[in-house]
Amino acid sequence: MNFITDLVNYFVRDIPIFATAAWLTIKLTAAALAIGVFIGLFFALLKLSKNRISNGIAHLYITIIRGTPLIVQIFAIYFGLARMVDFGVFWSAAIALAVHNGAYIAEIFRAGIQSINRGQMEAARSLGMTYGLAMRRIILPQAFKRVVPPLGNQFIIGLKDSSLAAFITAPELFQMAMRRAAATCADLEYYTITGLWYLAMVIVFSFLVAKLEKRLDVDKA
Amino acid sequence: MIKIRGLHKYFGSLHVLKGIDLDVGRSEVVCLIGASGSGKSTLLRCINFLEKAQEGEIWIDGKKIDRKKDDLNKIRAEVGMVFQLFNLFPHKTVLGNVIEAPVMVKRMPRDEAKKEGMALLEKVGLADKAHAYPSQLSGGQQQRVAIARALAMKPKVMLFDEPTSALDPELVGEVLEVMKQLAREGMTMIVVTHEMAFAREVADRVIYMDDGKIIEAATPQEIFEHPKEERTREFLWRVLNPNKGPRPGNKAMGPLAPQEKNRDDCHLENAG
Repeated sequence: MNFITDLVNYFVRDIPIFATAAWLTIKLTAAALAIGVFIGLFFALLKLSKNRISNGIAHLYITIIRGTPLIVQIFAIYFGLARMVDFGVFWSAAIALAVHNGAYIAEIFRAGIQSINRGQMEAARSLGMTYGLAMRRIILPQAFKRVVPPLGNQFIIGLKDSSLAAFITAPELFQMAMRRAAATCADLEYYTITGLWYLAMVIVFSFLVAKLEKRLDVDKA
Repeated sequence: MIKIRGLHKYFGSLHVLKGIDLDVGRSEVVCLIGASGSGKSTLLRCINFLEKAQEGEIWIDGKKIDRKKDDLNKIRAEVGMVFQLFNLFPHKTVLGNVIEAPVMVKRMPRDEAKKEGMALLEKVGLADKAHAYPSQLSGGQQQRVAIARALAMKPKVMLFDEPTSALDPELVGEVLEVMKQLAREGMTMIVVTHEMAFAREVADRVIYMDDGKIIEAATPQEIFEHPKEERTREFLWRVLNPNKGPRPGNKAMGPLAPQEKNRDDCHLENAG
């Protein structure tokens, strides 16, 4: 019984601190995913190209990123790359998360593009469009619509994975939980509270994705 | 208008076109007939370089096409193509489909493209559907939009790849009607088709293909009434008499060939 009252007390008392931390989590995730989408699209197109070299590059990138833990990538950029260029905590974390999510997003885009009937590309080419124009005007708009559900999924994963930035001292949600837990010895309460904050963000985000899907009529295409 | 010499096409080790020579004159309507797998669709797709033939020459409008040097996009812009499965762009309206290439490829001002697009839709009888999406149209309507879309680029020649094969029987007529009108207006057309009645009525020349080769090319009258080649006769019998079994006096299918099996073959031919 004590746990519940403690939980509520801590939660209410620390709303301002956690709200600030959550805002940083949101900014971090948004920056990472915005960059990640471009990285993903770029590597998806490389992987779909007929050129062996660009194909190989895309394959290598996806293999390495998917094959190593995110925390290793974050540390590599923060401790390794930061020796040459100092990005600061925020951008180290954002870049690591972008590069990481980009690999998964690349595969999502590749699958989405490949799911568009070949006849679409043929029809566009038969009208005199270049490959690039056909991709941009005909294939990608249809593919984007189709990848909204898996992309939303990946964004949720990305949001939660941003918690690993805590280990390079980014003052985001999880870092705040660790600090408060250490200061109060109320570990279970504070990690539960943090979980609830993430849960709330994911629920809001899922709701927005569902609305977007409805607006785009995703299931119709 | 189109001249093809010694065209060979391989898909891996599969030899699909085995030396095609073909001339199509301006305003001529040529129908390609033949069984599935005979190479007629591949031939059509080689003409606008959707497939690249390994050997042979293709001349369009008096100019030999070098597929390494020439801009194939420019060539494709002048060769309209209509597909069996329409391939309309589902995320664009009917009018959007029609004006897409003129605006994006030819850089035509949008207003002008819309005006011309509406005129084309009027021509195929679908002006009232200009703002509908392809998914809201019947197959026959979609195919007519696809024809308008190809015409919007003002092509020198139109290629039709089994344009009515995916349609419900009652919708075939409206598409053929549009094609007949085009033929009357003097469009150069190459049509891969199973519609023998259409070939007979509209074609200037009918070409029968089998096993990657042109077996016989003649006027529809000659080919339908006095086919010279045994294989042509065999094919036409099967297509024109789908339920009658083997052709009387056909040596290839001896008396031991079971009737049922032949019937199935016929159905397969028609389906393909």
